[in-house]
Amino acid sequence: MLLFIALPIISVVTQSLFTPHEQVLEVVENCGPFGCKETTTVNQEATQKLRDAKPLGKFAGLDIYFDRGHLAVNEVSEAWKTRTDMSDFFNALRNLPFYRAMGFTLTHTFTVTPLLIILGFIIAVAVNSLHRHLKGLAIFFSLLPMIVTPLIGSLILFWMVDSRGIVGNALQWLFSDPTLSLKASTGYTWIMLIVYGVWHSAPFAFVVFYAGLQTLPQDTLESSMIDGASRWQQIRYVVIPHIMPLVTFVALIQLMDNFRVFESIVGFSAQAHATSLSWIIFNDLGGETRALSSAAATSVLTILGVAILLSPVLVRTWQDFKVKQ
Amino acid sequence: MLFKKVALATAIGLVASNAMAECEIGARVSIVGNEFPAIQAVGSAAAECSGSEVKSNLTADHQKINVAGMSGNPAEYTSAIIANSSIVALMNEDVIRPLDDLVAKHGADLKKNQLITIDGKIMAVAFMANAQHLVYRKDVLEEIGVEPPTTYEEMLAAAEMIREKGIMDNPLGGAYAAGWNLAQEFNNMYIGMGGDFFKAGTAEVSINNEAGIAALEMMKSLSEYMNPDFLTHDSNATSAEWKAGNVAIMNMWGSRVGPLRETEGSSQEVVDNTMIAGPMTVGGGETPATTLWWDGWTVAKNISDEEAEATFIALNHAIRPDMLNEETSPMAVWLIDGYEPTPAATGVFDAANRGSVPYPMLPFQGLLHTSLGEELSDFMQGKEDAATALADVEAAYTAKAKEKGFL
Repeated sequence: MLLFIALPIISVVTQSLFTPHEQVLEVVENCGPFGCKETTTVNQEATQKLRDAKPLGKFAGLDIYFDRGHLAVNEVSEAWKTRTDMSDFFNALRNLPFYRAMGFTLTHTFTVTPLLIILGFIIAVAVNSLHRHLKGLAIFFSLLPMIVTPLIGSLILFWMVDSRGIVGNALQWLFSDPTLSLKASTGYTWIMLIVYGVWHSAPFAFVVFYAGLQTLPQDTLESSMIDGASRWQQIRYVVIPHIMPLVTFVALIQLMDNFRVFESIVGFSAQAHATSLSWIIFNDLGGETRALSSAAATSVLTILGVAILLSPVLVRTWQDFKVKQ
Repeated sequence: MLFKKVALATAIGLVASNAMAECEIGARVSIVGNEFPAIQAVGSAAAECSGSEVKSNLTADHQKINVAGMSGNPAEYTSAIIANSSIVALMNEDVIRPLDDLVAKHGADLKKNQLITIDGKIMAVAFMANAQHLVYRKDVLEEIGVEPPTTYEEMLAAAEMIREKGIMDNPLGGAYAAGWNLAQEFNNMYIGMGGDFFKAGTAEVSINNEAGIAALEMMKSLSEYMNPDFLTHDSNATSAEWKAGNVAIMNMWGSRVGPLRETEGSSQEVVDNTMIAGPMTVGGGETPATTLWWDGWTVAKNISDEEAEATFIALNHAIRPDMLNEETSPMAVWLIDGYEPTPAATGVFDAANRGSVPYPMLPFQGLLHTSLGEELSDFMQGKEDAATALADVEAAYTAKAKEKGFL
């Protein structure tokens, strides 16, 4: 716990409070295949002296958290003051990287999680009612989306929904619109990512629910049948209450996972339309100049986001636990 | 039978001793670099050296790993193959060593213009030049009866004619993928419009001006003649579109022209009609709307002197004059002594001769490039106007530059 959870979090929090020292710039002559030119460069010796004096860098406090790349306090209050109406304010928010990412992340989390629970449950009930010889095969195929590596799965779908790919082409034919392109529209890209999220995570819910169905009390089920309960009533009044604790468990895990949506955005090259906090961290670290403090601050905000998201479920679990005691 | 075995053994022995005679190293060599044919050729030529292990990790994501892989002591990578944009990150972090002593000892064959000298110290050895320039389909342009465009305005007019005649729906191509590629297209266009990225002598950005707006408006006009998915098309996807015969005119990297002339994944018609010319100008400007690039190799700082020497010998061997042959010559515009320009090189040569600007080697240029990549896609989708997009870029850059200590 200490080594793998506490220490990394402490290190990330520390990193987010410090920024690199001011760079000592100087103008030098720079020669290469295309001739010589005077250019600005960093004076390594002078900068190294500053670094040696204070290896952690400059203490910035919460400055990074409040800058435009993160909570953008100044920009938000400015937008609030100059707003003409609420939609104007929200448009201004959508223009800031953190809020743009949150917009997609929350939409993704709160549509994918319920949908995958419903889909996983339907698959579990359907597979459970199959003949026992067919069950093995059905389970294997239902698990496939989870077995495929997320990045590969999303890449395959990305090529299929391309306007020249099999799904993209089929949709163009279906809607008789030769210019229809899923990748060019923000709305369609969001739907595509959400569908992918459900497709990828539903097997997890399925496995958990399927295991739960194996412990279904047969006598309760039979007595409900004697009372004349229909198939739907059996599910509603016997099956669902029985697996409810598992639903909480799946919701907990999936809320956390979906909040950190990342692979599908990279796989679908969807950064023009949808970004997430994890994607911002990746982007900060991937440029020619790595922004470590900025990435650390976004990481801390992600941890806080997950904590807030999980708090209702955790509180509920705790209360259940106390009641049972 | 015995004779055959002896012959075989002699042959193997000869090959092995040949390689040994040419390149003998005494410590490990580990190379990280980008992935395209010319760099792969350099990587495999370095691996010919014997005496110690030569590893290479060539990947499109090299920029994400090279600084981290060279920061440790000892560094994981003893060399990074970089371009004029990416050497800046290595110099900012101070992870590469000056090469003056090694050049004096082993680099007699290197030409002076291959040596990248910063403040009097040799920091890298360049082996190829690159630039984006025009690529066009001869048959399509002949069909509509126009000359290959020399300006972006002519390119637009030709695109309109091709669409009108029903030859292609989306005749233009370009690496406009949101992120690095889109930012680079803006850089090209902004330079073509005569803009300056920073206030002279400072790290203060100034792109929200007439040149910036004109550059963005031109990119928007061009994108209307592109595949609607253009914001997901990087150089690879754009090349694939070209090979499929869906594109007639595009601005593309010189280093990517070679594969466009191969029939694999393409048709003979496309291959035979793929022609190149120098970069275009825009908005009546004189400077071509492109940037000049060199690719070269560096040696890590945090390694032993033996490893540094071995790395220098192996990479120097990889770019020796006789590595050039029929197969490798068309791969790039080599800066190596004895290189005879092939037809694939005319575009890059024209770019250099017409006074194109090298990609700026400023410590903070990378931050601006990242900010452009993040913020321009909203404009390209028509969600905001050009001035707002440029203001967003400036704000994003300023936040990053403050964090990194440049402002």
